[in-house]
Amino acid sequence: MAAASYPDDLKYHAEHDWARIDGDSATLGITWFAQDQLGEVVYFDPPAVGSALTKDQPYAEIESVKAVSDVVAPLSGEVTEVNEGLSDSPENVNEDPYGDGWLVKIKLSDVSEVEDLMDASSYEGSLS
Amino acid sequence: MADALQRTPLHDRHVAAGARLVPFAGWEMPVQYEGIRAEHEAVRGRAGVFDVSHMGEIETSGPDAEAFLQRVLSNDVTKLKDGGAQYSVLCQDDGGVLDDLFSYRLGDRFLTVTNASNHESDLAWFRKQAEGFDVELADRLHDLAMLAVQGPEARGIVAGLADGELPGRFKTATLTVAGQDGVLVCGTGYTGEDGVELIVPAAGAPAVWDAVTQAGAQPAGLGARDTLRLEVCFHLYGNDLMTTRGPIEAGLGWCCKEDTGFVGADAVRAARESGPAEKLAPFAVTGQGIARQGNPVLGGGEVTSGTMSPSLGYAIGMAYLPAEKAEPGTEIEIDVRGKVRTAEVRSKPLYSKET
Repeated sequence: MAAASYPDDLKYHAEHDWARIDGDSATLGITWFAQDQLGEVVYFDPPAVGSALTKDQPYAEIESVKAVSDVVAPLSGEVTEVNEGLSDSPENVNEDPYGDGWLVKIKLSDVSEVEDLMDASSYEGSLS
Repeated sequence: MADALQRTPLHDRHVAAGARLVPFAGWEMPVQYEGIRAEHEAVRGRAGVFDVSHMGEIETSGPDAEAFLQRVLSNDVTKLKDGGAQYSVLCQDDGGVLDDLFSYRLGDRFLTVTNASNHESDLAWFRKQAEGFDVELADRLHDLAMLAVQGPEARGIVAGLADGELPGRFKTATLTVAGQDGVLVCGTGYTGEDGVELIVPAAGAPAVWDAVTQAGAQPAGLGARDTLRLEVCFHLYGNDLMTTRGPIEAGLGWCCKEDTGFVGADAVRAARESGPAEKLAPFAVTGQGIARQGNPVLGGGEVTSGTMSPSLGYAIGMAYLPAEKAEPGTEIEIDVRGKVRTAEVRSKPLYSKET
């Protein structure tokens, strides 16, 4: 498992999600802290491409050996792509939470929502 | 305000080993150290050691000890030989299961191991049922620690630390282990692997833990304990066993000897003769998803345990199913939080070394 890290180029939501903003699109995933709390991820049940995400609402489920957890949307938008690689390698969420462990890509419906998210140092500070 | 969590004599060992500690049945217990999968695989392939000191012990002694246990326990206690181990259930009058337990006969006394979540209620039940019997009941929970050393290399590890020969399966021996006197070594376990359980005077538990881990047993937590037991279809009280279900529907008729007249025997006999409406059956998920405890089965029934199986690589579980659907090979559908998931009823155990 990777060491704890919170990259500076990402935005963070209090429910332990990250967003990599690219214009009016974003890639979403869960933070190092979230995957560490979950333990070994064994299943990710993605939303359908085309479905709508609402900021602060659950949009998918992620399962560790022991438990099921909701994944909360850090931003609102429409799903344009889901990480198909996780169906064979769900452990990527643990091993590379900001890279191969990404969950979905969305087209943002309200770019101004990004301003509500935390930067890396604020998020990391919220964990202690 | 919640009561403070109890800690086992090995608490500082768990902290030092980097365990993730969680509340479990009133105890602060390690759910995992390195990771559930690694610990699971260590037990299947080599050896792991579990701290199960949260499990309770009730000691029964006195002239009527055997007659009393024959009354409360479902199995035939007269068949339990000195130094032997016997599995049974504790039933209420209507046959509902209060607990499932191992009892050991040690000379003129018996030691009965309880589930942590049931220890206090079991003790109260024993005391209530003991009226009219000349027995002494002693709560040994805090006197005794319990370590389960399990896996193909487990016996070798413990044998190298013991001053005598280890007992066979379902037998016990009182030995000196890692310099600690009076360790009850039991040829029992909850993983489907060979191994032993060590019932140790509490003060000696850290020395035994240190010796066993230094000899190669990997610390394993309750997370791996659950995946290991479910792969071999061992019941977990509170999941697969409860007061609203009887031993016949749970598939535990083999440890019920109604002719002994145990509490609940009439109800158990009636259930055996009429056949239960529902039966506990193992299943494998054949498509996507992981069924979990509480998920309803379409057409009737309910999942009581479910997980991703580390050894098999697919999701497994156990469910109470209408009797006609409980045959191996039957396709079932499970409502997993609003999504229909497909599964197939399998035979016990779901995992075995040969497969």
